[in-house]
Amino acid sequence: MALTDSDRAKIRVENLSFYYGKNRVLKDNNIDIAENRVTAIIGPSGSGKSTHIRVYNRMFELYAGQRATGRVLLDGADVLDRRRIDGMELRSRVGMVFGKPTPFPMSVRDNVAFGLRLQGIRGAELEGRIMRALQDAALWDELKDHLEVLATSLPAGQQQRLCIARALAVEPDVLLLDDPASQLDPSATAQIEDLIRHMRGRLTVVMVTHNLQQAARVSDYTAFFYLGEVVEHAPTNVLFTRPAERRTEDYITGKFG
Amino acid sequence: MNLVVIRRKAANAVVAGLAAMAAAIMLACLAWIFHALLARGIDGLDVAFFSRLPQPSETPGGGIADALAGTALLTGMAAAIGVPVGLLAGIHLAEYGRDCAVARSVRFVSDVLNGTPSIVVGVFLYGLLVRPTGRFSGIAGAAALGVIMLPIVTRTTEEMLAMVPGPLREAAFALGAPAWTVTFRVSLRAAFPGIMTGVLLAFARVTGETAALLLTTFDGSRTAIRPTGPTASLAVTTFTHAMSPHHDRQQLAWTAALVLTAAVLLLSIVGRMLRAKVRWPSWR
Repeated sequence: MALTDSDRAKIRVENLSFYYGKNRVLKDNNIDIAENRVTAIIGPSGSGKSTHIRVYNRMFELYAGQRATGRVLLDGADVLDRRRIDGMELRSRVGMVFGKPTPFPMSVRDNVAFGLRLQGIRGAELEGRIMRALQDAALWDELKDHLEVLATSLPAGQQQRLCIARALAVEPDVLLLDDPASQLDPSATAQIEDLIRHMRGRLTVVMVTHNLQQAARVSDYTAFFYLGEVVEHAPTNVLFTRPAERRTEDYITGKFG
Repeated sequence: MNLVVIRRKAANAVVAGLAAMAAAIMLACLAWIFHALLARGIDGLDVAFFSRLPQPSETPGGGIADALAGTALLTGMAAAIGVPVGLLAGIHLAEYGRDCAVARSVRFVSDVLNGTPSIVVGVFLYGLLVRPTGRFSGIAGAAALGVIMLPIVTRTTEEMLAMVPGPLREAAFALGAPAWTVTFRVSLRAAFPGIMTGVLLAFARVTGETAALLLTTFDGSRTAIRPTGPTASLAVTTFTHAMSPHHDRQQLAWTAALVLTAAVLLLSIVGRMLRAKVRWPSWR
């Protein structure tokens, strides 16, 4: 669907359908995700938002009985083509952060180093990348003297920014955020939103959110999902002020969902 | 208060009372056992008891140093067999097998093994290691104890890994980690205190095991501690001395029983404390 002229599609989704067993939960999704922009996905619970982005990094393939059909072209290559694209390699290019913070039960440093070590990065380069990732997540000043602290003992807001730092450390092309502030208080949420705004222009971000104001605050594009379909996808200011679809208007004005 | 409310309160009081009574009976049993063991066993408790070998009957001053060393040797060797196998089996069940036919059978067999009377395990190892070699041995005993530990370690490992939150594992996968890295560097680490609890409880279980040893290590009192021959153990020593007509032997049995119970209690308490450490700070 509609990207403005200046934007290029980083991800092109074509006729994507998704099945949990025989239950079809995504129906012929077609959407272009703009490169180096923030795209928000909104919609009521159960509309397939999370399921949709979990196709981008093939997270679903960890579970038996989940299946996707159609094409998801990342820079032109279909990520659903298992013979061409390895799942592990794909996931190191397409990072993901979850709703609940998921710090690993190890030190702050080891958390950030986790993905880097998987890529064989060691020594001085490792230290540099850890520092940069923590800076990118606005955590360096707070945690530079506490790198050996157990990550699970941090407050939730810091845990979530640490998870973002961990995902950014491997320098992915795309970052998927699955309602990243859903478990956080307003001030921690504001910090996360600041981070997302800073990623704009450097990284393609796709963010699921149940919070309409959040989508309006941080995203360039917004897609409205309903019952597994992409109802409307447009620049955020257009979608929120002049929605083309009746269902979009009903949702953003609070008539359902 | 109307009748309905009174009836509800009465029912609540009855159930709470019964539960409290059941708990009290259980605690009383434990207290009783301890009291009996302390009352009769404490007299024999001195340094010589731990440091000296058993003496011939009617000779005062014997100890159970051989049984202590034997139990340490047997449980240590049993753990060397039971813990690695149980750990890997548990990992298979929780992380890889999940719902396949193999995993279901392993789970079933493991539960059956857990419920198998230990004397049966003893007979099995008797046929497998004692008969063919023609001698009772510490190795046969350790193997029997290892078989008894196996299902306990397997099922606790599986249960503790299953408690690791799904998003935590997904977060590791999302960084491009292969499955074994996720299991060994993230899931196992998160589940570690719980798994240690299972291992300690398995230790406690086999420390007091007697039946399986009667047919494998035999009573190795007064023999040198070596895995290839009959080996003494706290449990079997307690049993044989308790059967003795001599008073000083019976005294040794009481003291050995006291030491055994205290050791098992200590292992269980440490195990419980570790279990309490399994907390998922923000991602419960």
